[in-house]
Amino acid sequence: MDKYFGETLLPGQLGHFFIILSLVASIVACFAFFRATRAGIEPAAAQWKKLARYAFITQAVSVLAIFSLLFFIIYNHLFEYRYAWQHSSRSLEFKYLLACFWEGQEGSFLLWSLWHCILGLVLIRTSGKWETPVMTIISFVQVCIATMVMGIYFGDFRLGSNPFLLMRDSGLYDNAPFMHIGGDLAQGIRPDYLSFIKDGNDLNPLLQNRWMVIHPPVLFLGFASTIVPFAFAISGLWLKRFTEWTKAAMPWTLFSVAVFGVGIMMGAWWAYESLTFGGYWAWDPVENASLVPWLILVSGVHTLLIFNSTGHSLRATYLFLLLGFAFVIYSTYLTRSGVLGEASVHSFTGDGMGYQLIFFLVILVLPSLLLYILRYKQIPAIRKEEQTSSREFWMFIGSLIFFFSALIIIGKTSVPVFNKIFGSSVAAPEDAEFAYNQIQIFVAIFIGILTAVTQYLKYKSTTGKSFLKKIAIPTVVAAIVAALVLTFGDINYSRQSYGFLIQIWVAVTCAIYAIIANAAYIWLGVRGKLGLSGGSIAHVGFGMVLLGILLSSAKKEILSYNTSGIPKDFFGKNSKEKPGENLTLVKGIAMKMGKFDVTYLGDSAHPKKQQWYFNIHFKSRTDNEEFTLRPNAFVNYKGNEGLMANPDSKHYPGHDIFTYVSALPNKEKVMDTASFSSNKVAVGDSIFYSQGVLVLESLTSRDNLPIDGFKPGDQGTVAKLRAFSFNKSSYAAQPLLIQAGGQQLSMPDTIMPLSLIVKINSTDGQTADIGVKESDAILEFVTLKAYKFPFINLLWLGIVVTALGTFMSMARRIRVNRLSKES
Amino acid sequence: MKKIHIIGLVFIAASIAVLISFLQTASTYDTVDTAISKQGKFVHLMARWDSTAPLQYDAIRNPNFLSFTAVDSLSKTIRVVYHNPKPDNFEMSERLVLKGKYNGEFFDCESIQTKCPSKYKEDTKQMEKSLQQTTSL
Repeated sequence: MDKYFGETLLPGQLGHFFIILSLVASIVACFAFFRATRAGIEPAAAQWKKLARYAFITQAVSVLAIFSLLFFIIYNHLFEYRYAWQHSSRSLEFKYLLACFWEGQEGSFLLWSLWHCILGLVLIRTSGKWETPVMTIISFVQVCIATMVMGIYFGDFRLGSNPFLLMRDSGLYDNAPFMHIGGDLAQGIRPDYLSFIKDGNDLNPLLQNRWMVIHPPVLFLGFASTIVPFAFAISGLWLKRFTEWTKAAMPWTLFSVAVFGVGIMMGAWWAYESLTFGGYWAWDPVENASLVPWLILVSGVHTLLIFNSTGHSLRATYLFLLLGFAFVIYSTYLTRSGVLGEASVHSFTGDGMGYQLIFFLVILVLPSLLLYILRYKQIPAIRKEEQTSSREFWMFIGSLIFFFSALIIIGKTSVPVFNKIFGSSVAAPEDAEFAYNQIQIFVAIFIGILTAVTQYLKYKSTTGKSFLKKIAIPTVVAAIVAALVLTFGDINYSRQSYGFLIQIWVAVTCAIYAIIANAAYIWLGVRGKLGLSGGSIAHVGFGMVLLGILLSSAKKEILSYNTSGIPKDFFGKNSKEKPGENLTLVKGIAMKMGKFDVTYLGDSAHPKKQQWYFNIHFKSRTDNEEFTLRPNAFVNYKGNEGLMANPDSKHYPGHDIFTYVSALPNKEKVMDTASFSSNKVAVGDSIFYSQGVLVLESLTSRDNLPIDGFKPGDQGTVAKLRAFSFNKSSYAAQPLLIQAGGQQLSMPDTIMPLSLIVKINSTDGQTADIGVKESDAILEFVTLKAYKFPFINLLWLGIVVTALGTFMSMARRIRVNRLSKES
Repeated sequence: MKKIHIIGLVFIAASIAVLISFLQTASTYDTVDTAISKQGKFVHLMARWDSTAPLQYDAIRNPNFLSFTAVDSLSKTIRVVYHNPKPDNFEMSERLVLKGKYNGEFFDCESIQTKCPSKYKEDTKQMEKSLQQTTSL
């Protein structure tokens, strides 16, 4: 019985079924893996394990089915489903259909869950005796995530949010009378409601960017992969096999560090390309929330290496790996519960899931920390202290610095949470970014030095002589390079104190040292053996990242300083005008911006959307270079009033020119309320207007004019006017006054670039009454902001090199593990 | 006590010191009266635009000067000067978070965060609005 016309309900019903199935299967898998672990080597263990594997595979298939069904719904624009209506539209390009999949809470939880499934299947194949305990933990987390997409009510409390919810069940029509029978809200929804839904709400325009297709999957793989080292560590504590798991966990931890790091920086790249705060990193809570677990995981990977090489630092390793995952869950709470509210510009709002996420924190994080505390004394630790000349000592110090850096960042980020708990009203400081930078610059300095030096130390202890001999050359080279960069690099960051500038110089030197020392180590340390140099390559990349961050931030220049030629005291002597960072370009008039003359050529509209592309032409005054940038903006897009601007950049090897539209004339709003002024002038006299003077150059009478309908006997007067504006350009105008058959007809002339309209009111021999009107309504202009970003490519390249090096290390660890298994 | 322990304690102390000093530089959410009483101190002024008072903004002459009057929930008003282009959804904004300081004459604003009913896609009101746009009778 079809109560409503045109609905396609099957995918939704299947979806509901698979959601329930995935929950049940993950519960079964968790329980069976648990029993298999407890059974140990008893015969029953094999039975439990078999059941558990089938259950987990069922779960994985279910999640994949949910994923596919939801994509089917989005792809086919089935707007009877709220998820499709809310996140997509018919005009959305195919490539962004995936992006709208993960725009919503439900889709991103599904993505996370899907990665857990894939990682779980790999672990079932590869982890051998660690399979059952590790999979118990992963299955347990899968149960938690499965409840996030349930959408079942218990009284007033809703457990999770269902992606297959129908529009008519979503409550969205509750205040829309036209969707109800007879236009009456008290009546039911009309059976033919679907025929009125023409299009979807669409994907948020800011997310319509190529990075949004790839960044969330990679970041979520990073998020998801932190569970593997966590599960290994918990298994070790649980089964009291404290030391056996560390070698097996090593490649997984490296994998997690690499993928997570790349995922974060893809987000930074997206921010750089499509947001308009003028950079790639703003210490926004959402960014911090993913950076913090990554930093802790990096600490964990280093202490894990220390333990595998020397037997030290096992307790710290446990702590870091447990906290790495704990902060992933905490970050999810921060960004998904709506708690950040005022503090973040782009956090998800709460869908009432805050309590559910707090519940996860409580049942996942507290027991694991409790287990850690209870077993702490039993975790083996070497009594003898590390020597200060040993590699492990300084590696550990480096790990600690990363760890505390992470704690400081998350402490600052959590202020809204503290406000909520304690009812306080602490807000971000005046310069929120500097509050982070002034601390993290020290982290950069110390980590830079440690990264450079530590590889040259040996485990256990190092003799001063051999160390000095090896490190002497890279140190001298780095010192020379750094001196050259500082001398000729023109690094003059003037927004903060001189002391901060010196810190930047020191940090730049340390980053250069890290790059050169690690690059040299590939030859000096491991004699060019590529198999062993993964770590060094990753560290070279990391040094490049540091250097790229420092240079691009310290040398960022604003090109669009308001140098429009309008005298500063134009607004009056006492005006508190500051030179601004935004420049208005009137169509067709070149403005100076750095070494460029910049002209707004015009705009063009997207064929289907309310999206405009602005052609901004850059022409260098010093060489023949010219190019056109096309920043775009969504204007009043689907109920999002206002401007959503996307920047555009010109990429050079050494720097980027980055520009975006910061304001537009509101064409509907500006009304032509200005009126003509009256100015009685003789030829040669001037008329003042707000941006300069007009000069009446001549006044001539004609008895023929090339105008339609101008008959013999009619009289015409032509006034030649020249307008001089403050920016030294001048424009001609020729208004006419026609006397025809006793009637007067004034034909005004417009000087578009100056938004001036001039006309002749009346003439009397060699004097005339000239009407002048200034109006915004006739003008086409854009206000934009432009930056020069130097060395941004060094940062991106550094990320790639770091990830590459980390993957090389991972491959090596997998090989070593395999060899030791075989022997 | 091991060296590592000493270093760990130093880090803990340093972190606490950093967080405390952060709290001291941190600002507060304020009303017009409390913002005026904290003259020269950076605050987050929670208010909205008073559309009855004149607004001065001319993107052509100077896109970096906006002057308007803000009114808070206690109906207290203050003149605000902002050296950036007018945020595009300024007029529609239900609430403004004005970050800046009172300088004795006016509120010198460094950044404006507009809070529109449409700021978040999840917002029901905005969804209903969008619903009307995407349907046709």
